[in-house]
Amino acid sequence: MSTFLGMPATAPRGVGHLRGDQTFPRAAHDALGNSQLRRNLRHATTTIRGKSGKVIAELPDWQELRDAGSAIKADVMARLPELLEELEARVTEAGGVVHWAADANEANEIVTRLVRETGSSRVIKVKSMATQEIGLNEALEEAGITPVETDLAELIVQLGDDKPSHILVPAIHRNRSEIREIFLRAMPGVDPALTDDPPVLAAAARRYLRETFLSTEVAVSGANFAIAATGTLGVVESEGNGRMCLTLPDTLITVMGIEKVLPTWRDLEVFLQLLPRASTGERMNPYTTMWTGVTPGDGPQNFHLVLLDNGRSAVLADTAGRQALHCIRCSACLNVCPVYERTGGHSYGSVYPGPIGAVLSPQLTGVADNASLPYASSLCGACFDACPVKIDIPSLLVHLRNQVPHPPAERAAMAAAAYTMARPRLYANAQRAAKLARIAGRRGRGLPPPFSGWTAGRDLPEFPSQTFRDWWAER
Amino acid sequence: MSSRDLILGRVRAALRDAPVVAEVPREYRQGGRAVDVEVLVDRLVDYKAEVHRVSSAEVVGAVAAIVGGEAAVLVPPGLPESWRPAGAFVDDDLAPDRIAAADAVLTAAAVAVAETGTIVLDASPDQGRRIITLLPDVHICVLRTDQVVAAVPDAVARLDPRRPLTWISGPSATSDIELNRVEGVHGPRHLHVLLVAD
Repeated sequence: MSTFLGMPATAPRGVGHLRGDQTFPRAAHDALGNSQLRRNLRHATTTIRGKSGKVIAELPDWQELRDAGSAIKADVMARLPELLEELEARVTEAGGVVHWAADANEANEIVTRLVRETGSSRVIKVKSMATQEIGLNEALEEAGITPVETDLAELIVQLGDDKPSHILVPAIHRNRSEIREIFLRAMPGVDPALTDDPPVLAAAARRYLRETFLSTEVAVSGANFAIAATGTLGVVESEGNGRMCLTLPDTLITVMGIEKVLPTWRDLEVFLQLLPRASTGERMNPYTTMWTGVTPGDGPQNFHLVLLDNGRSAVLADTAGRQALHCIRCSACLNVCPVYERTGGHSYGSVYPGPIGAVLSPQLTGVADNASLPYASSLCGACFDACPVKIDIPSLLVHLRNQVPHPPAERAAMAAAAYTMARPRLYANAQRAAKLARIAGRRGRGLPPPFSGWTAGRDLPEFPSQTFRDWWAER
Repeated sequence: MSSRDLILGRVRAALRDAPVVAEVPREYRQGGRAVDVEVLVDRLVDYKAEVHRVSSAEVVGAVAAIVGGEAAVLVPPGLPESWRPAGAFVDDDLAPDRIAAADAVLTAAAVAVAETGTIVLDASPDQGRRIITLLPDVHICVLRTDQVVAAVPDAVARLDPRRPLTWISGPSATSDIELNRVEGVHGPRHLHVLLVAD
């Protein structure tokens, strides 16, 4: 069989962070036992939900903005090839260099080569989901290059030799005393009298990173958007570490998923209203930096843009699933998800946790490699309501569940149920038989094998003493 | 086959269903609404920026009141002479350590968005290179009321995407530790806005 080279391909194994070491139910089981984690998460998600709801309520046209955002993204997907070519042309005209990376391995090779060509052995990094997805830090370290995360939360994660657990607040699973301990253990030159007061901890990070900002000649960033018509890229952030990385070094390397392109400059008027309010619950994030290629005398004088596929074309090929590429990484869906709130981000095994991760990760890797994730949801629909670009995550979860190979026992049970439900007399008999199950399946007990897997993660509902049919017949 | 051709080929193959997209509905509020400067002030204060209402003749005095008469104030080369404190030093391609050593930086602005409390710098001569508003701990920004627009669409329409742009909403802040907002991590920890009405 010959393979057409242009066929969409999923993200390769063995590199990057899209696949966990264990299934979601197993990882979630461990996380559920960690009461500290659950307390931290509940506090954080409740706080963000409150802030976000308040500032969204200030905009009378929030639903119209969501409609526009959703339609712009659908338009981007439909015209992706021409928009990418346009972006490439505009960035090149403005003095940037565009690279294309088919997957994580190629992106890591490109960035490593570009850093080597500068002669620098250290890079400063702006928090970026794309570079986490491809495992860039590990690849750079293997090549003898030190990546320094400069976002406070990413720094906490990096110094703690930990993994991020939230798209927006990667150290959301840590509280102040844990952060203080990490700084005391791993931050060079830290004051041993450090307290766990958040301003004191932030000041310690400021002191630690300032010299690094001023002496490092290469920065690596992601991008929140890239405008095809103008070649303009943008990064939204809060701390100013992004501005530092995007302004001070001689060389800037930006790694961006191909789905982040927007058609026109004007489209920003939609996304700059949607993103901060949905994401951090602010009217606007403290800092946004936008640049077009190279500006002589201002900022990096060498700019490289790496356009990353790594499974995105495979997501695009699924006409139902492609809307997962509309995601603007705001994390609103995480903050409203009852499953995320209890299991935390690590349980999802991917850099993309929560509801969007449950649909994006399996599509990027191929469903077989993340088969438990489409089930990591109660299908309550809160994520759909919260999504600023109206991604129908519940429908996508159901769509993906249909692609997951089901175990034979479950298939047989569902086939039997379908047969019975199509035949009224059989169904009535089955309902009467279910009374027996009240005795067999008393509360606290699960179903016997081979169905025990189903009830290991769920409570078996108590059957009513009387069926509707019996009640009706007695009237 | 180059990776460029490979990726574009994959994306084209993925779109073999030739999706047709209806025109983008733009029913949201467009630009051009009346400007309420009080909304801007309210939003700026909410973001812990300090707002001072002055006339253009009072800019120098206001700067001195904020940082003291002896402070080393950095200014971009195109800042109007009448706004410059005596002894201000001009950024003529200064090295980063010289910029970082300034007590404060004083700039103009390109546009401000009332609804979001945002000030945008576009690196014009009266605002200077991006680096000068990044390293000093205090940023004092002179904003004329005629530069204030109502909402984000107005600002996007006014700005030139080919210029390097910095959108600032309050001073540097983080919420990474238990969601507690802490003003000041890496950028300026203090933002003062001199609102000039004349």
